[in-house]
Amino acid sequence: MSVPLIETRNLKKYFRTPKGMLHAVDGVSLAIPQGKTLGVVGESGCGKSTLGRTILRLIEPTQGQILYQGEDITGFTGRQMAGIRREMQIIFQDPFSSLNPRMTIREIIAEPIRVCQLYEKKKEIEQKVSRLMETVGLANRFENAYPHELDGGRRQRVVIPRALAVEPRFIVCDEPVSALDVSIQAQILNLLMDLQEEMGLTYLFITHDLSVVKHISSEIAVMYLGQCVEKAPVEELFANPLHPYTKALLSAIPVPQLLPRDQRRKNIIRGEITNPIEPPPGCRFASRCPLAKEGCAGELTLREMSAGHFVSCAFAEGGVL
Amino acid sequence: MERPVLKIENLYTVYRTDESLVQAVNGASLELYAGETLGLVGETGAGKTTLALSIMGLLPERIGEVVAGAIELDGVEILSATEADMQLLRGSTVSMIFQDPMTALNPTIPVGEQIGEVLRLHQEHLTREGLSQEVDRILELVGIPAGRKGDYPHQFSGGMKQRIVIAIALACQPKLLLADEPTTALDVTIQAQVLDMMQDLKEKLNTSMLLITHDLGIVAQTCDRVAIMYAGEIIELGTAEDIFNNTRRHPYTDGLFGSIPDLTKPARRLSPIDGLMPDPTDLPQGCKFHDRCPYCEEICKTQAPPAVREGTHLVCCHRMAGEEEAL
Repeated sequence: MSVPLIETRNLKKYFRTPKGMLHAVDGVSLAIPQGKTLGVVGESGCGKSTLGRTILRLIEPTQGQILYQGEDITGFTGRQMAGIRREMQIIFQDPFSSLNPRMTIREIIAEPIRVCQLYEKKKEIEQKVSRLMETVGLANRFENAYPHELDGGRRQRVVIPRALAVEPRFIVCDEPVSALDVSIQAQILNLLMDLQEEMGLTYLFITHDLSVVKHISSEIAVMYLGQCVEKAPVEELFANPLHPYTKALLSAIPVPQLLPRDQRRKNIIRGEITNPIEPPPGCRFASRCPLAKEGCAGELTLREMSAGHFVSCAFAEGGVL
Repeated sequence: MERPVLKIENLYTVYRTDESLVQAVNGASLELYAGETLGLVGETGAGKTTLALSIMGLLPERIGEVVAGAIELDGVEILSATEADMQLLRGSTVSMIFQDPMTALNPTIPVGEQIGEVLRLHQEHLTREGLSQEVDRILELVGIPAGRKGDYPHQFSGGMKQRIVIAIALACQPKLLLADEPTTALDVTIQAQVLDMMQDLKEKLNTSMLLITHDLGIVAQTCDRVAIMYAGEIIELGTAEDIFNNTRRHPYTDGLFGSIPDLTKPARRLSPIDGLMPDPTDLPQGCKFHDRCPYCEEICKTQAPPAVREGTHLVCCHRMAGEEEAL
């Protein structure tokens, strides 16, 4: 088997708080092959954004390893990281705060090219910027506009070429469409999929919306309180969710189809996400879980239930390989 | 026939600024009956919130203004009402839930007092003791232990804060509740909890609800009737069945459905609507959707489309009108 482009092994990130250690990411292992998309799904506070940033080493991991093309980059120095930074980019959620309001669109997209010294000549940079703007369908007339002159969808179309400008191979997409209207959301998702096909990009796609990742991902990892509770190829996960949390997430999505009135009520899980500071051992979902029994207090690991389908639940049913 | 709780007729609302005139609502009409939930669906800038603020009389002073039309609330014309009259209506006859529970609550006042404030204003006969009991009852109603009434908003999670906002809105059992994207800021599992609770309370109190949302999934789950809004106009109106189980829909409505990732089908690509919503300071001639519409014809560019009615279903589109004539 070929080496995955990016891999994490038992990655942990704890934050020190006055009340104790906050376990933001707690032992996440995953691997994304070249040209594929891993969707990371979870609710606010499950550590998905921290995971994305830790993988890029924008935040230093507490423990565990990050491998890029099979090479351990966890201990890389700043200088060494600078060498591979160009190949790893990130698209942030909020296109309003991630653009410098005092730079024009052209300057914003050209900046990473200048920083990485991809092109020397001014003319070449200009051509590259124009090409990039064309790729994402941003009209040339916006070249000299400032971010405040654009609406949300167009701003996201500036953030994307900025990430693409340095010809990366791996992009962390941190909720890139959450701030947008549905019709614009669909445009941006299609664009990201087209770009992936053309350039062979690899995505880590972070979102709270299961319906968004369904289209773009090849594999999905569901996170709850810093841990990956279920991981499976996308069709498998939607057809046969095993973890009670995944089931609850799926059932909570409002489906735009009219059901008979008596069927509109859903299985709603009670309670809210519990405190991530110094969590007790055992299943972290147990306090909200409809299946919780005494066995849930024990140590849990991801078990492979069928080919490629992993779940960490003591009671998940399914064929054990 | 039964009198509607809310009746809006041909409403036009604008925002005046130094440079421009923003035409936010352009001739919207709708009716809402007792106990009914009407979903008002549209994208950012469609004029949904402006419509709600027009009903509440809360348009920004000196900038926002209703220039034409009529709004009747429980049989009372409110556009000519004085501010003092409106203050009496707000909270007791009509209340509004805002999108962001973080900014809707006063961070320096315990939540119990914030609920009590509404009761003090509208139910003056309550004694201090009665008020306190009422606050406890309302908190329990939205699923928050009464013991937490002394806590401040920051001590609650997002979902809990929205429950408190709902408690304030429903404290005086209004006839009409305007809910402006009440669950957009919440996680899906919490959203499901809050929607479920709102549905329960609505049935218990027989409140009518105007639910503003961009999420057709939420509409399918909670609404009896649906209005689709685009560029300040209500372009389609009907029962939930009319909108969801019908192929004769407005092209924009079709576009909205095409933009939603469908969990049940394996389709890989989405079919979004091309282009963007028109600029409300510079609206196009004719049908406002024409430059994004896949079926656009010459007539759409010059003439505003007629409202074609078929039973309970209303669509504003030349295409439907054309079919009608052909029949």
